[in-house]
Amino acid sequence: MNNKIKKILPQIITVLFVLGIFGFFTFNAQINMDNRGIDFGFGFLNQESSFDVQFSLIEYSGSHSYARAYLVGLLNTLLVSFISIIFCTILGVVIGVARLSSNFLIRNSAAWYVEFFRNIPLLLQIFFWYYAALRALPLPEKAEPWFGVTYMTIKGYYIPAFIWNNLDIFLYSILAVVISIILITTYAKKVQDNQGKQIPVFLISLGLIFIIPGLTFLIGGVTLDFGIPVLKKLSKTSYIYEGGIGLPPELIALVLALSLYTSTFVAECVRAGIQGISKGQKEAAASVGLTPNQILKLVVMPQALRIIIPPTTNQYLNLTKNSSLAAAIAYPDLVLVFAGTALMQTGKAIEIVSITMLTYLSISLAIAAIMNWYNKKIEIKEK
Amino acid sequence: MFNVIKKLTSFIAMVAVLFAFTTEAMAKKSKTLKNTQKKGFVRCGVSQGLPGFSNADASGNWTGVDVDVCRAVAAAVLGDANKVKFTPLSAKERFTALTSGEIDILSRNTTWTLSRDADIGLTFVGVNFYDGQGFMVRKNSGITSVNQFKNGISACTNIGTTTELNMRDFFNSRGISYEPVAFEKADEVVAAYDAGRCDTYTTDKSGLAAQRTKMKNPDEHMVLPETISKEPLGPVVRQGDAVWEDIVRWSLNTMIEAEEYGITSSNADSMKTSDNPAIKRLVGAEGELGAAFGLDNDWSLRIIKQVGNYGESYKRNIADPGILPDRGPNQLWTKGGILYVPPAR
Repeated sequence: MNNKIKKILPQIITVLFVLGIFGFFTFNAQINMDNRGIDFGFGFLNQESSFDVQFSLIEYSGSHSYARAYLVGLLNTLLVSFISIIFCTILGVVIGVARLSSNFLIRNSAAWYVEFFRNIPLLLQIFFWYYAALRALPLPEKAEPWFGVTYMTIKGYYIPAFIWNNLDIFLYSILAVVISIILITTYAKKVQDNQGKQIPVFLISLGLIFIIPGLTFLIGGVTLDFGIPVLKKLSKTSYIYEGGIGLPPELIALVLALSLYTSTFVAECVRAGIQGISKGQKEAAASVGLTPNQILKLVVMPQALRIIIPPTTNQYLNLTKNSSLAAAIAYPDLVLVFAGTALMQTGKAIEIVSITMLTYLSISLAIAAIMNWYNKKIEIKEK
Repeated sequence: MFNVIKKLTSFIAMVAVLFAFTTEAMAKKSKTLKNTQKKGFVRCGVSQGLPGFSNADASGNWTGVDVDVCRAVAAAVLGDANKVKFTPLSAKERFTALTSGEIDILSRNTTWTLSRDADIGLTFVGVNFYDGQGFMVRKNSGITSVNQFKNGISACTNIGTTTELNMRDFFNSRGISYEPVAFEKADEVVAAYDAGRCDTYTTDKSGLAAQRTKMKNPDEHMVLPETISKEPLGPVVRQGDAVWEDIVRWSLNTMIEAEEYGITSSNADSMKTSDNPAIKRLVGAEGELGAAFGLDNDWSLRIIKQVGNYGESYKRNIADPGILPDRGPNQLWTKGGILYVPPAR
């Protein structure tokens, strides 16, 4: 009995202490809000927002609600994080492998790249890309076309828009390709296990990817047109491109800075992972006759990934949270749209800041959950 | 997600109810004046640099008509107009800084609107500048009126301002599609517009005139004649301290009324022997006006002597530097403007 109390008492005291702190701050906020006649509540989310946002993935205008504005900001945050995660992963893997190259020039360039980009504060890099690099671009009317139909200007990067006909048929064909590739891979594995025969899965898959969606164009009635950006005159001296898709310079600067900065950390994770595999493994693999490609694919990478994934997850989380620096260059992310404009217009500081914090927490937990699932999938399975 | 918020809300509400009784007991009035006198300086929130309104020079001295309101309050309650601590704030930060108690007066070209006054725990005490939103364009664009704006125009502005809302109303009512580019700091907006990122820069007209002076080539830009909104700018205080609110309101009113009666910083002392009782009240030679705030009787005399009347402040900060030489609506009601304050008696 006495022992039990001894065990539980410190825990109860801790819980009370935490509750006490939380209660004190709530109490304090409540008093001050009461004194100043501020109401607490989330009713404002249904009110008309009456401000516009520069750039949105869903239909939005000022006649929509604050809840919709929140969604616009959230999607913009997810967009910039998603694109940057893809770029930083590709770049990071390439640079990480390059750092281990036997070629002096490649190895040292990669090392310099890593040291340079990871040792300059991210905010400065964002400022550099936005205020120095992208501001030096030409005005729309003076821009030379890149690849014939795209224009890089101070107002953004204008690319052709895709105009689809019967897009759904095309998407179904993609789905069919994915399913058949999964079936073929399973079948090939079975054949290899039973008969030791290797089926060229990669070549077959590649063929399928091109042939089936291609057929939908020939017989499925799918057509694809391009909306080419065309210069439009707004006044004597100001122009804009219309008809294509305009990627705002704020988005480009943010993606550039986030992916270049985070790729250095990913590169280091990759290098650590590969170097973590002992040389004996590679030599053993070589001695049983595997080619260098097979060694990397079948022996080194499956083991290296286990070392690479957990720290890389951290980098993805950092990148997502760092994307909130968008507010510094007018990219309409969650912080700028919701914790910025919406907060100012409603004055609901406590509500909006807590929603924003919970949102970032949820995004981070979701990314961590996905990466943990992947980590589980590739970890050593005791047989 | 919403479930979590719901639970959190109900928890906060529960805790709040628990402590509600104590809340009543602890609510007291007019702490701001006491705290200010104890600290020895007035805590004043200003802009991050808007010539004519609140702008710091190289040695950190703040000047401007918004700055003068805070200096007037310091002269009234502390006896020295220089005892002000200025906190530069972005449009986004300003109200939180005031409601959280980081500053006691917000004098930062802030538009008086119903929702701000009623909803977010603020009280507007008056208007020290009547303004309206306008647009700036490059002269060589050939645009001379907002009627020439076309679909696809990009407009740079500040976030967290009424400008963002007016801009939407304006473009929406005319059916023009536009690209809003909203920055946090005024300097960033100006730089973006100056570099050609935006076709037009929109904010209050006084702000446009002031920021134009900061551009690479001010002569290349012009402010369009149309005004698309009413922007009465004035000082703001926290809700819940009625005495402090009155002090700030009547410090501003004193400056305007002093101009009306021709009292200036140089002739204020000699006005004590004036025949006009209204003038004598303003310079503290008659009546007990200060007592209502818990101040001595010379509070208004100190404002006029140390800061000057509204006309002096306007001339020094806005007219002489060439920002807006014409006072427009910011002229006394006796001279064709709309500056009209209740009498000090």
